[in-house]
Amino acid sequence: MKTIISSPHVPRVNRVDRIMLDVLLALVPGMLAMTWFFGWGLLINLVLAVTFAVVAEAAVMLARGRSPLIAIGDLSAVVTAVLFAISVPPMLPWWLTLLGMVFAIVLVKQLYGGMGYNPFNPAMAAYVFLLISYPIAMTTWLAPGMLAEHSFTFMESLRLILDGTLPAGLDWDAISSATPLDEMRGKLDLHLTIDEIRHSPLWGYVGGRGWEWIAFWFLAGGIYLLWRRTITWHIPVSMLLALAICSGIFWSLDPQTHPFPAFHLFSGAAILGAFFIATDPVTACTTRQGQLIFGAIIGITVFAIRTWGGYPDAVAFAVLLMNIAAPTIDYYTQPRVFGHGREHR
Amino acid sequence: MAALHSFIPQPPSNALPRLWTFHGGIHVPDEKSLSNAQAIEPAPLPARLVIPLQQHIGAPARVLVQVGDRVLKGQMIAEPSGFISAPVHASSSGRIIAIEPHPIPHPSGLSALCAVIETDGEDVWAELPPPLTDYPQRYPHDIRERIRWAGVVGMGGASFPTSVKLDPGADRPIHTLIINGVECEPYITCDDRLMRERAGHILAGVRIMHHLLGVERVLIGIEDNKPEAIARMRLALAETDLHACTQVVPIPTLYPSGGEKQLIRILTGREVPSGGLPAQLGIVCQNIGTAAAVADAVLEGRPLISRIVTVTGRAIAAPRNLEVRIGTPVSELIAHCGGYLEPPHKLICGGPMMGFALTHLETPITKPTNCVLALTEAESPDPGPALACIRCGRCAEVCPAKLLPQQLYWHARAKDLDRVQDYNLFDCIECGCCAQVCPSHIPLVQYYRYAKTEVWAREQEKRKSEQARARHAARQARLERQEQEKQARLRKQKEAVKSPQ
Ligand code: SF4
Ligand code: SF4
Repeated sequence: MKTIISSPHVPRVNRVDRIMLDVLLALVPGMLAMTWFFGWGLLINLVLAVTFAVVAEAAVMLARGRSPLIAIGDLSAVVTAVLFAISVPPMLPWWLTLLGMVFAIVLVKQLYGGMGYNPFNPAMAAYVFLLISYPIAMTTWLAPGMLAEHSFTFMESLRLILDGTLPAGLDWDAISSATPLDEMRGKLDLHLTIDEIRHSPLWGYVGGRGWEWIAFWFLAGGIYLLWRRTITWHIPVSMLLALAICSGIFWSLDPQTHPFPAFHLFSGAAILGAFFIATDPVTACTTRQGQLIFGAIIGITVFAIRTWGGYPDAVAFAVLLMNIAAPTIDYYTQPRVFGHGREHR
Repeated sequence: MAALHSFIPQPPSNALPRLWTFHGGIHVPDEKSLSNAQAIEPAPLPARLVIPLQQHIGAPARVLVQVGDRVLKGQMIAEPSGFISAPVHASSSGRIIAIEPHPIPHPSGLSALCAVIETDGEDVWAELPPPLTDYPQRYPHDIRERIRWAGVVGMGGASFPTSVKLDPGADRPIHTLIINGVECEPYITCDDRLMRERAGHILAGVRIMHHLLGVERVLIGIEDNKPEAIARMRLALAETDLHACTQVVPIPTLYPSGGEKQLIRILTGREVPSGGLPAQLGIVCQNIGTAAAVADAVLEGRPLISRIVTVTGRAIAAPRNLEVRIGTPVSELIAHCGGYLEPPHKLICGGPMMGFALTHLETPITKPTNCVLALTEAESPDPGPALACIRCGRCAEVCPAKLLPQQLYWHARAKDLDRVQDYNLFDCIECGCCAQVCPSHIPLVQYYRYAKTEVWAREQEKRKSEQARARHAARQARLERQEQEKQARLRKQKEAVKSPQ
């Protein structure tokens, strides 16, 4: 007979790697949409980021004298890499991806003790680190497919990412384009009205053309995660609701200087952040009530930074900010334990 | 206390009470069909019975026999040594060949003092006390004494002496008796079979408890995955005079609905206060098997010397429900069920959710042992190495005690004994729901058990050191007093010497 193994003696129903795999699966539609609108760049970044992240993770585990297989097998480094690749511009130079992944895996994740111990979301910490250090590269987006002057072939994308060479006859000004949030913010600062701003081929039904579809497919992935019970509704719903309510209030006060709520929801990283980033269990709140607060403050912060702050999008900042607050919120939102205090009858 | 009685005026008894829910819980494959079609049959008389001298919570029993003594079936071989204590009886006739430590069914794999009986195969009864069929005319005290004499303890696992539970004291009126026929652990079918086959006997026991406690209503909770047991109990109930105040209540199948606190919550909506007893709410909870044992004791004058045990699991050739003499080694039962189909991956005492691994095949069946489970590797695969907690909160979602198992784990791992208590470690019922859903496969319950023992050990240390301090202080005081007395004596002597001058 074997050594004493503690109860329960039934098969376990969940596995960390399955959860991570589910998250990756849920990201696929959104990533396909991004590839459709922005070309091969995302996929190249994806391969690079995953490779760098896995190698970095393995190296640290080896240095700590542990088996790298278990750490890589939980797929958390892959999820970090994929979220990073989705968040950065599609033609980001490869060495920034390398820098970002080393920062995320070695500093943010492993130096704090590895999986489960990191207070900050590694992908978002790396994103913010690069955004502050290399603001130009991190904000140079392409125009979505139907608006672009040039559609990059795979080899052209690869060259651009690996050694920064643009195809002959093109320069950055010609191919780059502001993101919808940039565009909106920039034009509002020039005192144009929303109607005037939206009178441009850049805009689709609610947000930027192309962009809104990407957000839609991430939303579909998020709903899949809810259906699979991989995540619960608390964080995404409270975050999006808070964002919608804040923007709704200002929009109803003055619809010409404040974009309507749907624009906020379907622009930038709101949907992606709500379902895939803020829900990272390691760095989010763990009590249900805490999660509602956590999500809501992220939503409010996103709105505030987008409206008055120095950056057009703010999901990464808001998430990192709330990562710090999560343990405290958890502490003050413990559920009433069975048999304690007043019964709710 | 006023609010407590507000719901007592009951609707007519055929209206089922409103059911409540508790937080969390999980659905686990119940696996009861392996054994629930097998009628209860007697297990064979083993050549040796190993009878632990303490099978209850409370003070250990005092041995009454010596090695070499001949004992009869039903003869008391150890007597209770305090109010919260229970006697132990020989479960067949034979000779005491040893009184020595032996492995007993216990999570820690402990050994404890057991009387080993070499049976003579004759199975002769000792002289038994007369049946108390006229118990309603007798003093409650006498009935309780009979139950106490019979060594009846909680058969659902807690093994608390039943006579004590049936004596809540005059200042604590009991209005509701809850009979636990939930049997929510997977695999186990002994209570199911008992209800199907001996419903009348169970109800006879319920009637005695009803009489002793003077309750206004009796609720018999049975999970709805046991429709036949529910039907039998209802049929039998209709034939007794209990039906006016008693209801058989089917409850939804959800683990751990059979936990005492959970069942009380489901049937009454009340929560047993943390660290408190159901009696504080005017409720007493008893198991189906206990009710049958009470009937045996009072109506037939028979002590508790056997119980129903489910022997099951996919490694067992022919799973069965057996009526087993207390003290029968597990190995005998497995052999009686056709042995193993394949070497079991785990041999467990109790259910798969809360049971513990048996380390020794000669471990005897005791009063609270309801199941022997031989699981194949496919049924109970090793969960693999534990990963770090990812704080996903799945554990908290299923915890019926509404704890935050992830925080408990965190602090238990750090051996922060104050913090684990802040997070209410002692409200954990060790149901195992959290560990079952944990994606990191952390053996959470193991950490909680460990932390509990650490806290107990520390408290004992504290008590000891307090006692030592008290002893030290007392000694200091004594020395000082002696010193003063000596001084006083010296002074007196001196004065005595001086005074004649
Ligand atoms: S279920 Fe496991 S991994 Fe998830 S929070 Fe609980 S202990 Fe941590
Ligand atoms: S074992 Fe304890 S902590 Fe885990 S679910 Fe059960 S009561 Fe909650």
